[in-house]
Amino acid sequence: MSEVNNQRRAFLKTSLGAAAVAIAPGMLLFDMAHGSTEPVSGKVRWGMLIDTNQCKPGCDECVTACNTENGLSGGKLPTDSQWIRKIEIKDISTGRQTSLPMMCQHCEHPPCVDVCPTAASFKRADGIVLVDRHRCIGCRYCMMACPYKARSFVHEPIHDQNPDVPRGKGTVEGCSMCVHRIDEGLQPACATSCPNKAILFGDLNDPTSPIAQKLRVVASTQVRADLKLNTGIRYQGL
Amino acid sequence: MATLSALHTKNKLYYLLLALGGLVVLAGLYAVHMMEEHGHIISGMNNQIVWGLPHVFAIFLIVAASGVLNVASIGSVFGKTIYKARAPLASLLSIAMLAGGLTVLMLDLGRPDRIIVAATNFNITSVFAWNIVLYSGMFSLVAVYLWTMMEQRMNCWTKPAGFAVFAWRFVLTTGTGLIFAFLLARQAYGSALLPPMFIVLSFAWGLAVFHVVQTVIYAWNEKVLDPTILQRKKNLLGIFVLGSLYMVATYHFTNLYFANRVEFEHFILFDGGLFPNLFWWGYLFLGNIVPLALIYLPGLGQTRCVMAASMAVVLGAFIFLYVFIIGGQAFPLSIFPGFEVGSTFADGQINEYHPSVYEFLVGIMGLAIAFMITTVSVRVLNFMPQDKHYIAD
Repeated sequence: MSEVNNQRRAFLKTSLGAAAVAIAPGMLLFDMAHGSTEPVSGKVRWGMLIDTNQCKPGCDECVTACNTENGLSGGKLPTDSQWIRKIEIKDISTGRQTSLPMMCQHCEHPPCVDVCPTAASFKRADGIVLVDRHRCIGCRYCMMACPYKARSFVHEPIHDQNPDVPRGKGTVEGCSMCVHRIDEGLQPACATSCPNKAILFGDLNDPTSPIAQKLRVVASTQVRADLKLNTGIRYQGL
Repeated sequence: MATLSALHTKNKLYYLLLALGGLVVLAGLYAVHMMEEHGHIISGMNNQIVWGLPHVFAIFLIVAASGVLNVASIGSVFGKTIYKARAPLASLLSIAMLAGGLTVLMLDLGRPDRIIVAATNFNITSVFAWNIVLYSGMFSLVAVYLWTMMEQRMNCWTKPAGFAVFAWRFVLTTGTGLIFAFLLARQAYGSALLPPMFIVLSFAWGLAVFHVVQTVIYAWNEKVLDPTILQRKKNLLGIFVLGSLYMVATYHFTNLYFANRVEFEHFILFDGGLFPNLFWWGYLFLGNIVPLALIYLPGLGQTRCVMAASMAVVLGAFIFLYVFIIGGQAFPLSIFPGFEVGSTFADGQINEYHPSVYEFLVGIMGLAIAFMITTVSVRVLNFMPQDKHYIAD
């Protein structure tokens, strides 16, 4: 009888050990892949203040940094994705010229989120507007609805992707404010790459943050403010 | 014997037509496979013109599918006998066109394999999501309506079912118009006029399709439509064409009144290259003036004229949608009003669109599907309008 029990004990021990060996690496990888499991705080609202006086015409360091960070080809064909682009504008009445980067404006009331049939376009609690690539069916309604042309459609198969930024043929994508970097406590690639420090990134809701302090003292505008979308990206000097 | 051989020839012709329809569907499926394999890069659509030719076909079919039910509604809801006799055929055409249009819309998606995602994740604020419910509801409702008409024991339910279809199709076409009406930032769209405009357009397009199919069926069966019935139906088409022209004119006039849309109107009506030509010659002349002349000019208005008028209305509808959908996107989005704009992403530029054969095949597949459903159904079931000697209601 006791011999049988010993065998059972030995079997259970081996099984438990084997199970632990089988599961542990998976758990470790799961943790590594997901990083922090804490939910995003709704108290934060990430945003940017772009000083157009510091943004130089012809400079596209932010565009290059975005392409590298997110694994974009950098192509300029009408079918290529451009998450951020440089726009040169000239006031028709005064002739004043300005250069500025344009990307998803991370609206508080994003039209892309309203129109998306599957809720693949969504706004995170911290104000970042994203596309769930597993849910996007590629109807392109968000591209029609976006007032800033901030979205691109992936027109062809994608190879050599950045593991942090999964993309997929047949789905829509746009600036994610480098959400994977923000979640690691880093700043978006465009903000860190700007040689003139024209892009100030931070928490709009935190009165002590540099962005909130600067917004209190300088005149800033939202692009197409008439649409009342309350964008997270603000421009100075427009 | 001559009759028998004529019957044989007709039979062969029938199967030939069916095979042709099948081939077009197969070609469409091949195009879908290619787009699935290589992505939308093989289509003419891009990041500026995001909706192209497939959407022109799909929206025509869906809008006409709603409008063709007008024939049924005038019969069931308003009790007009000659229309009642045509309600089953109208319902069949509605189902056929809806099936064709929805297939095109679905297969043009970037990820058509995720259609189950669309069915299981529902965003309440999205008019696209509402339309998924509206389209599937319409399908079922019209099927029930057809059943109540074709099964004698269910005839007592025809009127309530007809009422339900009548209400549903108004909501459905409103939903189609709202897809564009909700696009707040684009000068071409974002107008509360669009839903009613699409409803009135649907009346004309649906009736035109009905006339074409009815004429073909009558000719195939060597029957002649009672001239009085033809007279009434052609007059109705004329009124619908005039009504839709009024709505389109109002839409453009209101746009011309808003300073921030004047530039767009100049583009679409005068200096936008292909688009003004298509609008004036294709939509206005071919799609409106020609049919109105064929209907109302003294000495015209016979079967052939009505058939030609209906075909012109259908062609005009396609041209209208091309100008509306593609032209609306070709005009640059105004991100910085009052500024000259330039970028690597075509800001401030007129966007170009060169449709590829693949998207044309996907689009025309919708027409072929509608054609096949109609052809098979009218052969196996009795959809032929049964008119008694015409007596005014």
